[in-house]
Amino acid sequence: MQPARTEILSAVMPIVDQWRHEEGPLLPILNGILREFGYVPREVVPAIAEALNLSRAEVYGVVSFYHDYRENPPGRHVLKLCRAEACQSMGGDAIAERLQNLLGLKFGETAADGSVTLEPVYCLGLCACSPAAMLDGEVIGRLDDEKAREIAREVRA
Amino acid sequence: MTTKIYIPRDSGALALGAEKVATAMAREIGLRGIDVQIVRNGSRGLYWLEPMVEVETEFGRVAYGPVKPSDVPSLFDSKFLSGGAHPLFRGNPGEIPFLKRQTRLTFARCGIIDPGSLEDYETYGGLTGLRNALSMAPEQIVAQVTESGLRGRGGAGFPTGIKWKTVLEAQADRKYIVCNADEGDSGTFADRMIMEGDPFVLIEGMVIAGIAVGATKGYIYLRSEYPDAERVLNEAIAVARKAGILGKSVLGTGPAFELEVRMGAGAYVCGEETALLDSLEGKRGMVRAKPPLPAHEGLFGKPTVVNNVISLASVPIILDKGATFYRDFGMGRSRGTIPIQIAGNVKYGGLFETAFGLTLGEIVDDIAGGTATGRPVRAVQVGGPLGAYFPRALFDTPFEYEAFLARDGLIGHAGIVVFDDTVDMLKQARFAMEFCAVESCGKCTPCRIGSTRGVEVLDRLAKGVQADQQIEIVKDLCNTMKFGSLCALGGFTPYPVMSALTHFPEDFRRQPVREAAE
Repeated sequence: MQPARTEILSAVMPIVDQWRHEEGPLLPILNGILREFGYVPREVVPAIAEALNLSRAEVYGVVSFYHDYRENPPGRHVLKLCRAEACQSMGGDAIAERLQNLLGLKFGETAADGSVTLEPVYCLGLCACSPAAMLDGEVIGRLDDEKAREIAREVRA
Repeated sequence: MTTKIYIPRDSGALALGAEKVATAMAREIGLRGIDVQIVRNGSRGLYWLEPMVEVETEFGRVAYGPVKPSDVPSLFDSKFLSGGAHPLFRGNPGEIPFLKRQTRLTFARCGIIDPGSLEDYETYGGLTGLRNALSMAPEQIVAQVTESGLRGRGGAGFPTGIKWKTVLEAQADRKYIVCNADEGDSGTFADRMIMEGDPFVLIEGMVIAGIAVGATKGYIYLRSEYPDAERVLNEAIAVARKAGILGKSVLGTGPAFELEVRMGAGAYVCGEETALLDSLEGKRGMVRAKPPLPAHEGLFGKPTVVNNVISLASVPIILDKGATFYRDFGMGRSRGTIPIQIAGNVKYGGLFETAFGLTLGEIVDDIAGGTATGRPVRAVQVGGPLGAYFPRALFDTPFEYEAFLARDGLIGHAGIVVFDDTVDMLKQARFAMEFCAVESCGKCTPCRIGSTRGVEVLDRLAKGVQADQQIEIVKDLCNTMKFGSLCALGGFTPYPVMSALTHFPEDFRRQPVREAAE
């Protein structure tokens, strides 16, 4: 469930205040909001714009530019699967197919029960232990069918 | 005496279960009531042996790997604390051929020390370069870096000393050192490894850079995909601040220097230096036209040194041992050492730091031991998603900047990704175009539109539609992107595409797909 607007703003303002007088504060603010909510609620844009003396368009332009800044709440778990070349060379496409089937999701989707969001990522720096993934910030290397099934079980639990 | 066990906290080792091994070790130590200290080191970069556990014995360090949590009781039963025999016994890690054949200058301490311990860092030669720099004039420091022959390890290969000289000579009230830690190229992990395994060397390199050019503030722009590196760096920065390496006066005698880690938000193009600067300023990561160079007008319009992690982490050894020491490694105009990252479908994947000059064949067949799948090697992509695919026929290419350029390739950030004979090169070419389309900042047309058209043309080729015409269009498109794009994203995407087409033409001639009869 999405939190109410006032609730969002009261949580966001301390993050804004922490950074507003630093150099280049916008990304640290958005990263802080992402950590807090798991996404960047559209409601925060005018508040940030006003605090930093930017236009809403400028702030929204930044939010929409970066892949990390989801505009909708993710599932309880976030699974990022690497789709880049090193992982491709070790059967990453087959693992991607398998995980999509196991979770019943395509990349970019969140399960209807809110359990998990599946996202592509382009390189986790684990290229000598491909294919690689990141589940809720924890890295997983040498993915195989067994590990894929384990992940699917874990996120549904 | 307390016995020390080393269990890496490098994220590559963590991805293979190092945390569970550490938990199992701690539990076993508790059960047995013995006096053992667990140190969480970085990785030596031998990833087929990770998690590799090392024990400090009276004969020096002894390695065991790859260790699973279920192996832990048997390791204690085999008296591994005094180097006892066990099926996972690897002996002195320095004698493992993969490591023994390397020349570790930048990575000298990585995997050996506790990354959070400044004491360890100094014991293994850390801070000597900085102390030397503090007794030198800025011009002398810059001259040392120039004479060492160090070139930008991020991929462009621009001489680091020249960049520093430009910033030193620029007049401004404020200058910056920006470390590009947006290591987004697939197949590369050297930046991650050094940041997680020896963060003080990067901090030291940045402080030296600051003293050399007259900058008082440094930023490490780190990609959000590296949360473990963020933790280690921030811990190390706090330690460095407390020890007076950072602050109002470096080590009590130098100028001021402050350092901060700033996280990216998942945009490949922010690895391009000017897009990175825009991102640091809190904007969309749009590529800037050059000139003005960042050395003249960089972060917030001030003169800025933008260097890759490995370039900066190579500075302390140069200031410690001298420019000549460093320059004496390497070949041609590629001086010093390069941390080659061996990745993808290989038997022995990991980090191999060596002087420039090994051939690609030696690296792939000999050091990497061929493919993990045991099938023949068909293609090797060198230098990340914007690097060329090399066939076996070009395996005699020496690993250095000019030799790769002469064969329409690049060494980039020195990552190599090996593919076996199941690879479909048309698919790889399409991926390169697709990646460019997704990650393009959108500022220039050849990159923004060209990549999308490229995907469409390659899709038609995949269906076998008018192959000759499509191939002509691909070539024309690549030519436009190469010469018409503002930065390396659009400009270098033609490398993987054209190399796939040139060296593996058979993959681009498909049988036409017949439409199903209604």
